[in-house]
Amino acid sequence: MSDELYDELILDHYESPYHRGQLESPSCTHTEWNPLCGDRVQLQLQIDSERRIQQAYFDGEGCAISQAAASILCEHIEGKTMEEIEGFGAPEMLELLQVRLTATRQRCGLLGFKVLKTLVYSDDGPTGGSP
Amino acid sequence: MESIRNDFPILGRPMADGTPLVYLDSASSAQKPRVVIDALSECYETYYANAHRGVYQFGVKIDEALEGARERIARMIGAERPEEVIFTSGTTMSINLVAQAWGRSRLSEGDEVLVNEMEHHANLVPWQQVTRQTGATLRHIPLTDDGRLDLGRLDECLGSRTRLVAVTGMSNVLGTINPIGRLVEAARAVGAVVLVDGAQSVPHAAVDVSNPQVDFLAFSGHKLYGPSGVGVLYGRREWLEQMDPFLFGGNMISEVGLTESSWAELPAKFEAGTLPVAQAIALGTAVDYVDGIGFDEIGRIERALLAEAQQRLSEIPDLLVHGPAVEHKGAIVSFSDQRVHPHDMAELLKRKGVAVRAGHHCTMPLHSRLGVPATTRASFAPYNDSSDIDVLVDGIQYARKTLRRD
Repeated sequence: MSDELYDELILDHYESPYHRGQLESPSCTHTEWNPLCGDRVQLQLQIDSERRIQQAYFDGEGCAISQAAASILCEHIEGKTMEEIEGFGAPEMLELLQVRLTATRQRCGLLGFKVLKTLVYSDDGPTGGSP
Repeated sequence: MESIRNDFPILGRPMADGTPLVYLDSASSAQKPRVVIDALSECYETYYANAHRGVYQFGVKIDEALEGARERIARMIGAERPEEVIFTSGTTMSINLVAQAWGRSRLSEGDEVLVNEMEHHANLVPWQQVTRQTGATLRHIPLTDDGRLDLGRLDECLGSRTRLVAVTGMSNVLGTINPIGRLVEAARAVGAVVLVDGAQSVPHAAVDVSNPQVDFLAFSGHKLYGPSGVGVLYGRREWLEQMDPFLFGGNMISEVGLTESSWAELPAKFEAGTLPVAQAIALGTAVDYVDGIGFDEIGRIERALLAEAQQRLSEIPDLLVHGPAVEHKGAIVSFSDQRVHPHDMAELLKRKGVAVRAGHHCTMPLHSRLGVPATTRASFAPYNDSSDIDVLVDGIQYARKTLRRD
């Protein structure tokens, strides 16, 4: 864990994000805002028949932390099954960022994660019961 | 202005890492001069008691000090009588008091309250609430693209149905100084009353409630170098006498029976419960302090700082300063750096000792109008100087460099 908030990893992802943009036909899409600072993160997932995330793309605008964290998240979840994602918690997400975040900045760092969890557990999401 | 700066103990204390403090968040809350801190300590250490209750020695002294503060505040704003000055917890409570105690029983369907797009939530949400409660309509004066009230379109929104115009003296984001005289004139012509939110304007320029004659003026102590927790509502006596109380309980009554009560005279009628007594007394000291510097001098210092800050920030590429030209605004510079998000900007400026505010500054409708979710705001007071602007400008370059956006 680095005390330097704008660590190399964060800056690398902020500068050259992994899979920033839109999927042509995503299996699911969701967007969340942080109303206090206006950060926005959209997540799009391409999920195959075995419920494995083939591709994860994010889009949005906001501070370096929210955008870099979303990029790091996309890289991390590709290739994982939705079952694996269900067991993926906030502490692990914060661990992935490799920097220590204050309570205020955790909201930025966890914005993409919040979108992911909404996708996993929402009714119309990929694990929902509806046909 | 070394001597003014020296009056504020906190400005001489470096940050934990030794960096000197560059305080550019006075629009949020001003720092306190030694005399105000001392007035608070003196009250608590030598004569504190509740107000209007004790016949013992401290009880008498505290009442004298409290009423003395009320008189000094009344003089500062040009009120005809001290009892037109009501102590509240701050601007927010002052405006809520008027919205409910004036508006609730006077507004009905078909009536209109006129606000505008630049208002702080404190001068917007109370009016949304009372118009909803009464069936009245809330209307908005549109803004020009440079962030001023579009007075050319005033006729579209102000008319015979307008009962009250609520307007800020100075925008807490754009710094825009509003033409209160013209609004009062237009409001009078249709028989509407005027409330001015003076939270930002009162600390920066002399105000006289009799010219132009406003009906209500709300402001906070903590932005006027006074303590937090105390503010003022000035109301014209004729209104305050007609209005029902806002809060009910101790101190605001004349006589209480088991089933009904009658109200005390002004100002007690609007001061239910225990007042922030020591804070109100120290606010009187803050008024004396400001008076000692003088609004001419405050204006001179702040105009110079504003002109320099606006000029130097405008020279930075990909950085947009919001709001009108300096001649239409007070010492607030809110900006959008296209390369660095406000949240990152504030975080990185912090490392240079610079305190600025990032966010929507309680003006979400205004930020929608500006087309940005958040801005970075630097605001100035007479204890700032040119070197603070140097550190700010260097800090912006540092933020860009750190985020590899230089």
